Amino acid sequence: MLLNNKYAWGRIVITLGLAMALRIVPLPGDWAFLNPDWVLLSLIYWSLAVPERVGIFYAWSFGLLTDMLFGRLFGQYALAYSLVIFLCLKLHKRLRLFPLAQQALFIFFCLLLSQLLLFFIKNAQHPAQLHATFWVPVLTGTLCWPLVYTTLRFVRLAKRVK
Amino acid sequence: MLIAVLASIALLFVDQKTRHLESLRTTLSLLTDPIKYLVDMPTTVFRHTADSVSSYAALKKENERLREDHLMQQTRLLKLDALEKENIRLRALLENSFKLGEQVMIAELLSIKMAPYEHVVVVNKGTRFGVHPQQPVMDENGVVGQVIRSFPMTSEVMLITDPNHAIPVQVNRNGLLTIAVGSGQTNRLVLPFLPNDADIKPGDLLITSGLGGVFPQGYPVAVVDKFTSESDKPFATVTATPKAFLDRSRELMIVWSNSTPIPLVSKQAAEQNQVLEDALE
Repeated sequence: MLLNNKYAWGRIVITLGLAMALRIVPLPGDWAFLNPDWVLLSLIYWSLAVPERVGIFYAWSFGLLTDMLFGRLFGQYALAYSLVIFLCLKLHKRLRLFPLAQQALFIFFCLLLSQLLLFFIKNAQHPAQLHATFWVPVLTGTLCWPLVYTTLRFVRLAKRVK
Repeated sequence: MLIAVLASIALLFVDQKTRHLESLRTTLSLLTDPIKYLVDMPTTVFRHTADSVSSYAALKKENERLREDHLMQQTRLLKLDALEKENIRLRALLENSFKLGEQVMIAELLSIKMAPYEHVVVVNKGTRFGVHPQQPVMDENGVVGQVIRSFPMTSEVMLITDPNHAIPVQVNRNGLLTIAVGSGQTNRLVLPFLPNDADIKPGDLLITSGLGGVFPQGYPVAVVDKFTSESDKPFATVTATPKAFLDRSRELMIVWSNSTPIPLVSKQAAEQNQVLEDALE
């Protein structure tokens, strides 16, 4: 168990790295706007499952990397992610007991919060250039939550990440 | 928590107001660039296998076609050379300096998708090859966009159709100057600053005007496809279709424009004059 715990952070980082890769995968045709925020979903999962490991620090640093990946401005994703993860950490005890559907509702509001923050920051930068499809990932992200949940749960149990 | 929020807000402000974070970007790109290449890998592998299993006959056919193309281009280039020389001579007569001569480097697109509401693509050449922001990018048909950020291994190119992009153009037929702004759709540019009585009609070719200093003069940008004048509005509604295959081409050319204008009198001519003067003395 001790050995597993030593390598646990590596597994968490790998899943988050894969989430970042998924974020920039080209979807066929013009369906790219459907691609949900996989990084935030995985961060939420890990912060609910192992809150003593994955906290604000993870959220902030992966937010910074996401900024690097496609933010015009440093700090926007870092800010959004750390706020959402802060919320998740506060509520993780209650959220863990929720059924999946109810969790998904909470995830919806988490994603909405993050997207709202990004919207305000982007809008301050170049006003009124965002299309309505900017909000679609919130919805698809909510629908993808059960998938993320079961996959990462499988990873967590199989690799005994504690 | 408070630290993270304060740090993010500090970063936001510092990045918006100054350019101090470039070194941090370069360092972090060492972590994110591998992800880009990882996502691109399946496509690259697929193309390589497709290349290596294509038949001898197909390759031979392609080779023949390319050879013919090359011959034709070469002949056209010969003529272009002569025209270029003539142009320089005429410009010299008009006592007008003339910028000419660009260097290009071919960069390949990585098949990854950045933020869907932005028209930004990533190419596989970066600062290691001397790519720097604000360089124009073309394909074989016309202007594609400009480099907005460059990292050691990759750089980001903003397409001319991005809503935040504008490019100074002129109508090839009569030299009318205007600005083409991206519309957010991959096959459309808008020209929002033309008056209702502007001399422009569908089918007109728009070329870069060279004003603004980013794009060299004379490259095709788009073809006007609709002109509607509305009497109750100050400006006409004009849209154009980009010449470049923005969503199809895989190879792009990054251009270094020669910033020193060609002198009015060529060096050889100057030397000859010198020789003549010496002889006369």
